[in-house]
Amino acid sequence: MNYLRLALAVFLFACGTSQTVNDTLVFVRGSDSVGLDPALETDGESFKVCDNIYETLVTYDEETTEVIPQLAYAWDISDDMLTWTFHLRTDVQFHDGTTFNAQAMLFSLGRQFFKDHPHHDIPGAYRYWKDMDMDNIVSGMSVPNDSTFVFQLKRANAPFLSNLAMNFCAAVSPAAVEKYGSDFFKHPVGTGPFRFVEWRKDERIVLDRNENYWSKPAPLKRLIFKPIQEASVRFLELKQGTAQGMDNINPEYIEQIRNNPDLQLLTQPGMNVGYLAMNMDKPPFNKVLVRHALNHAINKQALVDNFYQGLALKAKNPIPPTVWSYNDQVQGYEYDPQRARELLTEAGLSDGFETELWAMPVPRPYMPQPDKIAQAIQADLEKIGVRSKIVQWEWGTYLDKVSQGEHTMALLGWTGDNGDPDNFLYVLLDKTAAKKPAGNIAFYQSDELHDVLVRARASAMRDERDALYRRAQEIIFHDAPWVPLVHATQTAAFRHNVKGFKLHPTGNKWFRNVRINTP
Amino acid sequence: MHLYILKRIVLLFPTLLGISLLVFLMLYFVPGDPAQIMLGERANAETLAELRAEMGLDKPFHIQFYRFFSGLISGDLGRSIRTHEKITVEIFQRFPATFELTFFSMFIATFVGISTGILAAVRRGKFVDLLSMIGATAGISMPIFWLALLLVLMFSVYLPIFPVSGRMGTHIYLEPVTYFYTLDAALASDWAALSNVLWHLTLPAIALGTIPMAVIARMTRASLLEVLGEDYVRTAWAKGLARRWVILRHAVRNAFIPTLTVIALEFGYLLGGAVITETIFAWPGVGRWLFLAVQARDFRAVQGGVLLIATIFVLVNLLADILYAWLDPRIRYEKQTG
Repeated sequence: MNYLRLALAVFLFACGTSQTVNDTLVFVRGSDSVGLDPALETDGESFKVCDNIYETLVTYDEETTEVIPQLAYAWDISDDMLTWTFHLRTDVQFHDGTTFNAQAMLFSLGRQFFKDHPHHDIPGAYRYWKDMDMDNIVSGMSVPNDSTFVFQLKRANAPFLSNLAMNFCAAVSPAAVEKYGSDFFKHPVGTGPFRFVEWRKDERIVLDRNENYWSKPAPLKRLIFKPIQEASVRFLELKQGTAQGMDNINPEYIEQIRNNPDLQLLTQPGMNVGYLAMNMDKPPFNKVLVRHALNHAINKQALVDNFYQGLALKAKNPIPPTVWSYNDQVQGYEYDPQRARELLTEAGLSDGFETELWAMPVPRPYMPQPDKIAQAIQADLEKIGVRSKIVQWEWGTYLDKVSQGEHTMALLGWTGDNGDPDNFLYVLLDKTAAKKPAGNIAFYQSDELHDVLVRARASAMRDERDALYRRAQEIIFHDAPWVPLVHATQTAAFRHNVKGFKLHPTGNKWFRNVRINTP
Repeated sequence: MHLYILKRIVLLFPTLLGISLLVFLMLYFVPGDPAQIMLGERANAETLAELRAEMGLDKPFHIQFYRFFSGLISGDLGRSIRTHEKITVEIFQRFPATFELTFFSMFIATFVGISTGILAAVRRGKFVDLLSMIGATAGISMPIFWLALLLVLMFSVYLPIFPVSGRMGTHIYLEPVTYFYTLDAALASDWAALSNVLWHLTLPAIALGTIPMAVIARMTRASLLEVLGEDYVRTAWAKGLARRWVILRHAVRNAFIPTLTVIALEFGYLLGGAVITETIFAWPGVGRWLFLAVQARDFRAVQGGVLLIATIFVLVNLLADILYAWLDPRIRYEKQTG
């Protein structure tokens, strides 16, 4: 009996010590980071942490993808758009006490760019540098003095500026990279508002406020990222108050969060698109009337209601409304099976036709239930006489086969990287992207669109680019290579006393302005 | 006896070699190009070729096979494709979490299971017997995710006594020495941390221990009943020995061997990581890690992880065999083998 009392005493003591303090925020999420070297990582869970440790020359505005100064306070672009000169802040220090300057920036980007850089060959390549095509954009970098950094470009490329706001272009401490070598990814040192303290794999990542931050120090003293795979448990932690924030909320909890006065829900249309691509290399999808018919045949609102629990937006353009230049003038195709059937008849297919509908075997951020969505689309198409067979492959095989154009119709999607419209339109719909293995899996090849996209890339004038991308969306609307389906909403929930957190279209999670009010 | 142990240890190598061969073949032939899966929507010809080369996937089968085995023999399991971390480090960081949980689960399971089993056997046919065997059947049949969630809802939400998930409170800082948090806390003489760690261990240990507990209880009851009917037990009764002495000294000791087999098997089995329990309680163990590795087709991590688990399983069984001899001197391994 005495033992029982002792045990009880121990537990009560433990309970007593579990009080959380008001300057610590615990953020729960679905899985752990892979690594914390901003140039190496490719997954969102890694970037969520990196967002708070590292900074870039330029960054995004708090709520939009507009590019604003950060480590560079200003920049000049030469008339031919080939020389970009950045003027750096001189009051910035890394968390390890070393000084941030142009040399440090040259190190951070140079290790990704220069093949002979001592830190170029490491386990795991600089994937994002390559994915964003930086090797084909940048021709050289130089540092005339400690506070000036210069890029030479191979050709004019306006989206380049947005690339510089991405995690992979962040400044890392050269001294720390030298010290930790290929283990830097677990000893991250940057210039951001929080510094790295501890990482217990699959358990927690602890960051503390950077007291020597060049800008206003963060109100939070400590920020903890805790991975919890099971969605219901994640929600319970928030509900119990042992966590103060979470993201990727299961739709089933949305109502509970809305109705709980202790919690607040944040939502925003995500920077993504889920679409149905029609392979224009294969009949009958080479006929524009058929593509228009299919656009009228699919009930997108039903998809949003049934498979996203309302947490998505019907799509009419390939880019989501959170990306600048979104063309709201584009009408979109109304759900109208009658009109669809007429269009098919006009195309000489009054009896409909048989085809395949390929669907991803795995849930994606832009499409959580691809198999069920495929079934719904199949039923919609059946109504206009298009008999489709659903085809599924293992995920890797699926991607390979659609990039080779083996499909007739395929579901797929995209999550934007840098918030520039080019990052959707050029990679997914330009004719150069239709080369196999293709990113443009509709194999849509429009010279008119190509001309517009290339001009937009080469312009430094924001207004001109904006107009060109709006035009691009009209062209795409008319040619209808896809049925754009949805833009999935991103969600986050916090305790009601957490203030100052803003969802960002890129999915960045910044905690520098977040504070917890005393109840 | 020593010869026997030596023989078993030598036999360990071909066993493990067979297992690694099997794992290699399985992962080689399973559909899905790891490079393609890793790059997802972003894959293009150039990055795909590059990543395949980096992973060594562009090499023919026999070269990949040779590389895998030569690495294995030199004790190098390579780096995880997903995280770029050394597989040995990945395992070293997570195995203590699994071991600690398994140890406490098995501690509870063994203690409660054996006591219940003895009680049920001694009171055969009585109410206690019926109740404990109903409990044991329920314990075996209960889906573990359901039990785990039920425990969380009961004892973390409605009666907020225990934490919802995790290995220790987010406010606790422990210098990681062994990664066994109970040990680390004890080493640091941090009793608040120790109680916090035990507090976090309770629910997952109960959830994970329920099935072994039920199995042990049933096995103890069955074998004890058998032994209680033996002649020598009747002799012991006839000698007029005390009830407690007959049961604990004569009967239980002999009835314990089948139970020990079960305990060893369950222990080895749980050490492989309990994916469901680890997932629900956000327990950073081997099971969940391996599960994620399989999902990402991180074949190097899967190979290393499976090999480790197989080794542990074989070792635990060896340990059980040695314990038999210690418990029952009639078992003389060298006579059997010689």
